[in-house]
Amino acid sequence: MSAAIELKPVPQQIHTISLFVNNVPGVLVRVALVFSRRGFNIESLVVSPGAEGRFSRMTVTCSGEPEVLEQIIKQLAKLVDVVHAVDHTGDSAYETEIALIKIEAPLAERTEILQVAEHFKSRVVDYGSESMILQAYGSSEKLDALISLLRPYSIAELVRSGKLLMARGKSAT
Amino acid sequence: MDSRGNILDTQEESDQKLPTGGEKIIQCLEREGVEYVFGLSGGAIMPLFDALVDSKIQLVLTRHEQGATHMADGYARATGRPGVVLVTSGPGATNTVTGLLTALMDSAPVVVLTGQTITSMLGKDAFQEADVTGITYPVVKHSYLIKNAADIPRIIREAFHVATSGRPGPVLVDIPKDIGQGPCDAPFCDEIDLPGYEVATRGAPEAIAETARLLRAAKRPLLYVGQGAVISGAGKAITTLAEKLRAPVVTTLLGKGAVDETHPLHLGMMGMHGTAYANKAVAGCDLIMSIGGRWDDRITGRLSDFCTGAVKIHVDIDPAEFNKIIRPDVSILGDARLVVEDLLPQIEMADTADWLEQCDKWRRLYPLKYSKQGGLRAQHVLDRLDALTQGEAIITTDVGQHQMWAAQFCRSRSNRHWISSGGAGTMGFGFPAAIGAQFGNPDKKVWAVVGDGGFQMTLSELATAFIHKLPVNVLIINNNFLGMIRQWQEMFYENRLSGSDLEGNPDFVKLAQAYGVKALRIRRPADADRILREAHEHDGPCVVVAEVVKEDNVFPMIPAGASVSEMLIEKPKHALAKPSGST
Repeated sequence: MSAAIELKPVPQQIHTISLFVNNVPGVLVRVALVFSRRGFNIESLVVSPGAEGRFSRMTVTCSGEPEVLEQIIKQLAKLVDVVHAVDHTGDSAYETEIALIKIEAPLAERTEILQVAEHFKSRVVDYGSESMILQAYGSSEKLDALISLLRPYSIAELVRSGKLLMARGKSAT
Repeated sequence: MDSRGNILDTQEESDQKLPTGGEKIIQCLEREGVEYVFGLSGGAIMPLFDALVDSKIQLVLTRHEQGATHMADGYARATGRPGVVLVTSGPGATNTVTGLLTALMDSAPVVVLTGQTITSMLGKDAFQEADVTGITYPVVKHSYLIKNAADIPRIIREAFHVATSGRPGPVLVDIPKDIGQGPCDAPFCDEIDLPGYEVATRGAPEAIAETARLLRAAKRPLLYVGQGAVISGAGKAITTLAEKLRAPVVTTLLGKGAVDETHPLHLGMMGMHGTAYANKAVAGCDLIMSIGGRWDDRITGRLSDFCTGAVKIHVDIDPAEFNKIIRPDVSILGDARLVVEDLLPQIEMADTADWLEQCDKWRRLYPLKYSKQGGLRAQHVLDRLDALTQGEAIITTDVGQHQMWAAQFCRSRSNRHWISSGGAGTMGFGFPAAIGAQFGNPDKKVWAVVGDGGFQMTLSELATAFIHKLPVNVLIINNNFLGMIRQWQEMFYENRLSGSDLEGNPDFVKLAQAYGVKALRIRRPADADRILREAHEHDGPCVVVAEVVKEDNVFPMIPAGASVSEMLIEKPKHALAKPSGST
């Protein structure tokens, strides 16, 4: 016997969805509309060419109620230009992200910053007299931790790639 | 001999023989078996209208693009074949948006071809330019912008395939004028290569076996039949299933006609304005099986009270419908007819005598009724229309009170004979849909049942009906109100009428006559039979204006977001709280 669904506020979880799509104009809008119609905010989005030129890859992270997300994935899969849509939340897929962080700090105050950077295995890719750029990569959580440690040193600009993900073994991404 | 010159001549000649993109598109439509296109011209679509001159495809020139889209929709729903629309860019295209939504919500196969500015001017605010693919993304099943004439045959083939297969829906193709005007040397294309598009057919054997087991175990089974059953032509199989199970059948607004409503097991329409006995059966069943229905909010009312103790089975061709509203015990992905046909051999004759007796008791206790006093009642007119047409006519409706009364009193006997805007609830749909249905069924009588409000949204298509001498009839249920709005204001808003009085309506008889269309008026109940018959037998369009009681209400009614236990069989004696459900 099934009980009818009542949408209740539940703790929101970050979901990672990967999409394998036709590489044609409009596909990004069609995907985005499935989220926006339901009031879902896309946290990050990565689009890149697939191994074959006619297809593209999208990795989307967003948060929201699981029932609505189940609908979103089904509606995404229903789009003619989406070959498949997979929710990788909870999978043991390999995930990574890149961040570029510009910090404005005089030369004299950089020792601590460089220590933090080294601890997170991030690299200095630009070293100027008034600012420097760090390049860091790793899990999104690791980058979150690095950024929070660098906050006290006045981050001038932050650019993150968004989460990249690939399923392990024979599972499809 | 100057062979070089000859070759050049031949080359030039063969260039001249290449069809234009517009001609190629029309040839592709011919290959798709298109008989009619419904449309209105304009600058950007002229290459296609020009190509129509030499085509056997008939153009039905409409007076407004919304009318064209509903005509194509009505044609599609009445015949099962795709309806085709041809309009120009900018406002011509944006006028199809309501029709696209209507077709999408009710899964109607419609292909809309829109003109567009020339490719080099895209995005530069050219005259009559609109981002039509952008505007229509949320209201199409799929869409295309043709950027290269070589893609024409593939795109048109895909558009028809996507529109008509699986869960049907509207597909839009935007055609820049230079593509329509320039040459196209691409060969016709029959292959479909859409790796992201799968169409379900047969259901999974395990799910069907589990359904058979649950049906055998059920004491009070009920079949709930929706638009999917109409589209797949599942009616015959469902009737056999109901007879074997001895299970009552209820339908949604759009499912009407899939199973003969005069069949003894049929309890009529369920939901907000369904019959009381259908809704009591829904509330009392121990198993409900949806065949091509989507558990719409007009059907379920308050979800937490809907069929709480019943096993739920959901048959749908669209996997996104599963778990959307309810979580079924078994879901079967597949075509409604194929699923029910596969299920039938696993079903034995069941004994549900007590359950059927209970349903009949409800039917006797709570019949559909209306007052015979106080003047001409819409229900009386529709009752008489049903007696006259006997289910032989195709009936289309607009949206509102007349629609619900028509659904209650015009019993649909066969598939594709009931056409109404369900999901979108589009006023202005009924009359153009009837014109489309009439083009698809020249030998059938078609009646559009409309209200005075909705009719005025697309009445200019009287000209279309007149020019083509279509025997389509329009029955205007005229109460000079937006009747359903007035009913809600009376019931839930302390009768504070706001924007529901249509004072200033024209004399619809004179209006029809101005278009050259025969028009009749019913004022007294005793005249209904005679006048409806006169219209029915008239060879050509005829408008019948029924001047009905101004303030009448549709019952039964389950207020939006309420449950069957709160169903109002007649006018309540006390004020009601504002409904909590959707609109």
